[in-house]
Amino acid sequence: MLQGWVIVLASFLYLGILFAIAWYADRRADSGRSLIANPAVYALSLGVYCTTWTFYGSVGRAAASGIGFLPIYLGPTLLFALAGFILHKMIRVAKTNRITSIADFVASRYGKSQLLGGLVTVIAVVGVIPYIALQLKAVSNSFAILASYPDIIMPAKAGAVPLLQDSALYVAMILAAFTILFGTRHLDATERHEGMVAAIAVESVVKLVAFLAVGVFVVWGMHDGVGDIFAQAALAPEVAHRLASADSPAAYGTWGTLIFLSMFASLLLPRQFQIAVVENVDESHLRRAVWMFPLYLFLINLFVLPVALAGLLHFPGGGGVDADTFVLTLPMAHQQEALALFVYIGGLSAATGMVIVETIALSTMVCNDLVMPLLLRLPVLGLAARADLSGLLLEIRRWAIAVILCLGYLYFRVAGEAYALVSIGLISFAAVAQFAPVVIGGLFWKGGTRDGALAGLAAGFVLWTYTLLLPSFAKSGWLPDGFIAHGLFGIELLRPQVLFGLAGLDEITHCLVWSLLVNMGAYIGVSLMRVPNLREARQATLFVGGAEAAGIPGWRGSAGIDDLLPLAGRFLGLERAQEAFSRHARQRGLRSLHELPADTRLVGFAETLLAGAIGSASARAMVASVVTEEPLGIDEVMNILDEASQVRAYTRELEQKSRELTRATAELRQANARLQELDRMKDDFISTVTHELRTPLTSIRAFSEMLHEDPRIDLAQRSRFLGIIVSETVRLSRLINQILDLAKLESGRAEWTVAAVDVAEVIREAADSLAPLFVDKRVSLQLDGCEAGLNVLADRDRLMQVMVNLLSNALKFVPVASGRVKVDVGAAAGEVRVSVTDNGPGIEAGDQEVIFEKFRQGTGNTDVLIDKPQGTGLGLPISRQIIEYFNGRLWVESTPGAGACFVFTLPRQAGDNGASQPTGEQP
Amino acid sequence: MSHRVLIVDDEPNIVISLEYLIKKEGFEVAVATDGEAALQQAADFVPDLILLDVMMPKKSGFEVCQALRADPAQAAVKIIMLTARGRETEVAKGLALGADAYITKPFSTKELVLQIKSLLA
Repeated sequence: MLQGWVIVLASFLYLGILFAIAWYADRRADSGRSLIANPAVYALSLGVYCTTWTFYGSVGRAAASGIGFLPIYLGPTLLFALAGFILHKMIRVAKTNRITSIADFVASRYGKSQLLGGLVTVIAVVGVIPYIALQLKAVSNSFAILASYPDIIMPAKAGAVPLLQDSALYVAMILAAFTILFGTRHLDATERHEGMVAAIAVESVVKLVAFLAVGVFVVWGMHDGVGDIFAQAALAPEVAHRLASADSPAAYGTWGTLIFLSMFASLLLPRQFQIAVVENVDESHLRRAVWMFPLYLFLINLFVLPVALAGLLHFPGGGGVDADTFVLTLPMAHQQEALALFVYIGGLSAATGMVIVETIALSTMVCNDLVMPLLLRLPVLGLAARADLSGLLLEIRRWAIAVILCLGYLYFRVAGEAYALVSIGLISFAAVAQFAPVVIGGLFWKGGTRDGALAGLAAGFVLWTYTLLLPSFAKSGWLPDGFIAHGLFGIELLRPQVLFGLAGLDEITHCLVWSLLVNMGAYIGVSLMRVPNLREARQATLFVGGAEAAGIPGWRGSAGIDDLLPLAGRFLGLERAQEAFSRHARQRGLRSLHELPADTRLVGFAETLLAGAIGSASARAMVASVVTEEPLGIDEVMNILDEASQVRAYTRELEQKSRELTRATAELRQANARLQELDRMKDDFISTVTHELRTPLTSIRAFSEMLHEDPRIDLAQRSRFLGIIVSETVRLSRLINQILDLAKLESGRAEWTVAAVDVAEVIREAADSLAPLFVDKRVSLQLDGCEAGLNVLADRDRLMQVMVNLLSNALKFVPVASGRVKVDVGAAAGEVRVSVTDNGPGIEAGDQEVIFEKFRQGTGNTDVLIDKPQGTGLGLPISRQIIEYFNGRLWVESTPGAGACFVFTLPRQAGDNGASQPTGEQP
Repeated sequence: MSHRVLIVDDEPNIVISLEYLIKKEGFEVAVATDGEAALQQAADFVPDLILLDVMMPKKSGFEVCQALRADPAQAAVKIIMLTARGRETEVAKGLALGADAYITKPFSTKELVLQIKSLLA
């Protein structure tokens, strides 16, 4: 019944069901009602860790070394159960940074380095090829074995079958087609494949159930329970011998290695990373998974040992039946056709699950991190300008899938027989273990740099290739194996499996020791050689710092002096910035600012420094945006800072202009007020002057008219009137002259004849000219101190004018007959002092300044009509103008009732006596 | 019955001319040379007409005019403002304060006499 075509049909049927499930799940995802957003599905999908290695290989390993099959399940169990926080962090970081693969993770962490992404991809592809080959081998072998039912014939050696008859080739081709159909129907920005996850979860169930079915059959169908199997095994010496070997010391060493390796592998294998991290829908699902996944592992391994023992018992002495095949051959040997088919489907399930997820993950990495960066760099293809590259991307991925499976098949043919299934898997484990330092370091150490990661990965990969991969080719005969025995170039120390004399370890451990040693050493060493640059630091904060760094005010992170100095320099000026940082370095006990480490303190200092220039909020925003993730390159930050500083400079300019404007406006307002006042003053002056001029005119006209009207006015009246006319005319003329004089003086258009003037002489002359008037009024005039030699620099005539004015004023106000006027001349402190004192009524304090105003005259006379002062009221203002022109002062001292004393001073001039030639020189 | 005219001006020569002019017309004349004296004389002399200068000590002509017009006893008195201040605003002010006429100096003697006669008629 189990003919070839039945098996083939069953296979295709199963694959079809898987495809249908995937398609349905994708449909549900598109409509928003996701099938897989469920912690149970997540935990089950993690079961993709268990491949045909688990399905077939565990029994094989158990048959060879007892419970030695366990360690690779202990690793994940320990990781999930005890170190779940690592997974939490990884998922959180991946989600925050939109990570789509392990290559993306590493590249992004170390400053978004495409080179690093490419390297990781290459390592992943090379490392996982053996593992894919393993699946191909398992499927083709299981098919061959089942097809030869009821005989149990072990399939031929991998390389022995001609190419076109090799079922493995067809398996590879079918799987390639299936995967392409599965995973490259459309592009998803998040690289999530809900359909795939649903199918994988179903597959996990299928293989678990299949294995359990076999187990149940073996334990209770073939025997009478577990105890029965162990009892029988103990009786068979060679079986017991197998069990005992599990306790050898070498076994423990290997256990340690295997636990270690499997811990990393369960996270770092591309398919594991894809399912556990990228496809994770909700971080909270992890909480269920940390116990569900170990439970799954426990269940699927439950019957491994019993089956192994039963197989050894049933096919004694290595009777031509590979222990790897016990799960299949035992039911076959007992004519359990249905069960055998089910088991075969289980195995197929395990294989397809692995291949699909692994190749999809790898093709994503190849496309995103290897091919596309290269293609985009070739300007001839003009790809960077194309708007929609999705078609191209999908094509690349399809080809990647095909090529990977092709390579897997090639490895299978070339090296598939060198090892048992388990060992091939371990080669892959050791390869992805190279990612451990950069990934774990990337999650927990901020000091890792891109160069360090490159160095570590490259070194580790080289050693892995040399100590594990090449020997595997050599042992299959495709490479000369001389170098294994004698070392590269014949140097014994360079023997790949006993490198530098490290003997006594199995090859996996040996490889692990050397590759991880060199890897970690290079990673840490090269990272420490320089401080992480801004990008790396930024990414470090995002990855290591966790959620706190994601744009929340209390930032944490670091940036180096090489980036912070120019940043601060753009704002403060490079010198000032250097100064400040040097100070900071000195405070921290360093010799120069270049020794400053890229740590929080430094960035905090830079922030404070910037805050002084651009304000604390802006400084914080700037530093935060530079240290935390923001799609701002350093150029963009500089541009923003430049713009901000330009804006500030402009604002300062504007403020200054505004202030100037305000000042100018105030000045203008003041000037305007002054002008208005002057205008008013001018109006007042004109009004007063016209009034003053009109007054004498009135008399002149009135009397003239009256005389004209009536010629018969008597002589006495007539002469009286004519006398008044004459005197008013004189008054008028005098007034006009004085007004003009004052106007000239005030406008500065007066002509001065300046020379050294003998003051005493002028006084005497003035007194002489007024003497008749004094005699008329019978007022005494006394001159004191009028010595020669008191010279001043002045205009003689004008000085005369002043003296006449003062003397005539005094004369005007003193009483008749008892009036006394005295002139005193003296010199003191470089000045000549002249005073004119009278014993008139004096001037009230309030009037002492008023009298120097234009047209103002003294009051205080009892009978204004009679004693109205003859005068224009312009004498004193003019005198003051004259005196002040020559840098002198004119003022009055008076007490009402005690006379008045007018004083003026002039700077004394040393000069010859009597030399009063006008020189016309101005001092 | 001759009319009484009060001359108010602080310029002596102008007072002389006005006095002569008005006496010639046969009116009785009194003189005041500042604002306060003017009000005093207005009360004492009880003129029929006042020739009122503006620029005077103690009280200006405007104030005197205002005071006279405020006094009901002086309601009948005619006031002619006679002043060298001739700006339009001042003319308006004078008339607004209640002056019956406003004549600027220098004045025409003929016109003045005519004005006086017409007001006293």
